[in-house]
Amino acid sequence: MNKLAELVFSGTIRGALYALVALGFVVVYKTTGVINFAHGGLLLLGTYLTYNAHVTWGLPFWPAVALAALLTAAVGVLVERLVLRRMVGRPVFAVVMVTLGLLVIVQQVVPAIWTYERLNLDDPWGVRAVAVAGVRVEVKDLWTLGLTAVALAAFTLFFRGSRYGLAMRATAFDQEAALAQGISASRVAALAWAIAGAVATLAGVLLAAGSGGVEPGKDLIALAAFPAIILGGLDSPLGAVVGGLAIGVTQALTAGYQPVHAAFLGTSFDSVLPYVVMVLILLVRPYGLFGTRTVVRA
Amino acid sequence: MGTPAAFARRANRPKAPPDPLRLLPTRASRLLALALVAGLALLPLVLDSDLWLTVLLFVGATAIGALGLNLLTGFTGQVSLGHAFFLGLGAYTACYLGNPVDGDPAGRGLPLVVWLPLSALVPGLVGLVVGPAALRLSGNYLAVVSLGLVFLGAHVFNQWESVTGGSDGTAVLPSLALGPVDFAALGGLTRNQSLFFLVWGLLGVATVGCANLIRSRPGRAMQAVRDREVAAQVMGVSLVRYKLGAFAISSGLAGVSGALYAVILTFIEPGTWSLPLSIQFVAMIIVGGIGTTVGGILGAAFVGALPELVRRATDGVPFVARTASEDGLSLPQLNQILFGLSIVAFLVLEPRGLAALWGRARTRSSRR
Repeated sequence: MNKLAELVFSGTIRGALYALVALGFVVVYKTTGVINFAHGGLLLLGTYLTYNAHVTWGLPFWPAVALAALLTAAVGVLVERLVLRRMVGRPVFAVVMVTLGLLVIVQQVVPAIWTYERLNLDDPWGVRAVAVAGVRVEVKDLWTLGLTAVALAAFTLFFRGSRYGLAMRATAFDQEAALAQGISASRVAALAWAIAGAVATLAGVLLAAGSGGVEPGKDLIALAAFPAIILGGLDSPLGAVVGGLAIGVTQALTAGYQPVHAAFLGTSFDSVLPYVVMVLILLVRPYGLFGTRTVVRA
Repeated sequence: MGTPAAFARRANRPKAPPDPLRLLPTRASRLLALALVAGLALLPLVLDSDLWLTVLLFVGATAIGALGLNLLTGFTGQVSLGHAFFLGLGAYTACYLGNPVDGDPAGRGLPLVVWLPLSALVPGLVGLVVGPAALRLSGNYLAVVSLGLVFLGAHVFNQWESVTGGSDGTAVLPSLALGPVDFAALGGLTRNQSLFFLVWGLLGVATVGCANLIRSRPGRAMQAVRDREVAAQVMGVSLVRYKLGAFAISSGLAGVSGALYAVILTFIEPGTWSLPLSIQFVAMIIVGGIGTTVGGILGAAFVGALPELVRRATDGVPFVARTASEDGLSLPQLNQILFGLSIVAFLVLEPRGLAALWGRARTRSSRR
């Protein structure tokens, strides 16, 4: 029973990170229709900027995270303005490839500046652990859960309650109608990219804290989060959370039990399980669990 | 030649405009094609740089895959990031069937005429099986699912050790003999020189095949699907049939491309067939020119030659590290950055790629 509880907990942590990454994707997709493969690049950049601000420049941890989030948000806005803005109205594959091209660039620029070495983020949690209901839990993991919940709640409040949130929802619903109401589409797009950059930084920091470490290749979680996004539906923030948690827990359970009970699937099957789930989900519900039903079937 | 009167009639007949449906409509284009083929046939004999010969081999092999992806993405409008998976499938098919029986790892020792067609057929059939799932989706969803295919494929390649050698990789040494003609050693030529004829010969066949497909009925149907699905359906074009067909042909060409790629490399591992390779192929058709037959080849040449060109161009540039001990940007990093930049730049500035640049240059020169 203890093993099960541990697996569910670690899966929930993983899922929370997926949800945080997915949120960044969904915000951009919902408001601008761009599926941003470069999101992992923003995550990488945010993590390294935090490292730079905290370890190299000696800022305290939280101000360093805030500064990095701000800078990454600025990079997001810049990318939107300089590149994605020019791609409006272009075919889907072109937009997908532009973001992939950006990802390729970031993946090389980051190690060129900070080397390939695994760096220690020197976060306040380290590898300390406490026992919660008999289960050994890392302090960092509790913070991950808490901060993810706060970030998601803050986003929901902003999205539902604030003037700009309303503008974003209106743009997502019908861009032309939103424009006719005097909503600036370019400002909404910039805002979406800024939020994506900030959220990506938070996700990256949580991923790299403690035993995680700062290293190139951490952006892979953004690709691993795709199944969570698809599961929840590309344009649903709620779906991002549910999908993230579902995938995270399934993955942890698979990692715990599959090597014993279904060994024929091979080692580290858990790392591809999300994609299996994704393909199965898409066969049954091509628009995900909470997505808008706009996908056309052949 | 006939009577003088008949000769005069023929001479006075108004000159017919070139038939656009012909593959090479004008005499100039026919001559150009002939010169191109002759030049290419001589190239491996006169080129004294083995390095550039290797680059050309990779260009030829990848161009076949790029032609296939262009059929799917450029002409039928379906985004796929799963191309690397089909390349891997072709490579492992060739390796398993063609490797010598007593080799390590053991293969089936089958001849070229068996393993090469099968390295197209197996991925093509797998494409037909996976296709229906993928083609229910469109646009963004299709991109993400085809991405999943690459990850799932990598898992299979890693685990199926008896065929793929697992994560340790496997040597690829199938027989390259076609009857008395051995493409590993053509009378007195090196392996690379001999391979050149096989690779570029197959590329020639694939190019003509694609060009013919595009200008015939199925090709027009595919383009109708790309331009507007509903309109295509109204005209009686079966979406399922042409999308699946394009998917299967594209996968088959990817398989041949992968098999040749593996033969040139002589050693492959599962990591070869991952997302970066898929990105490379999509980059090829973007840079070369989406929806043009030459585009895939031009793009493959660009992507294939870029590393070597960068290496030469940066000789003595201070911030570029030549060796691991030097500070600064390493060459592979610079390559990748330029690669990424060229994807973004082409998409933003010249979405129709090198083929359009070439076309524009030609119109300008003919206007003069």
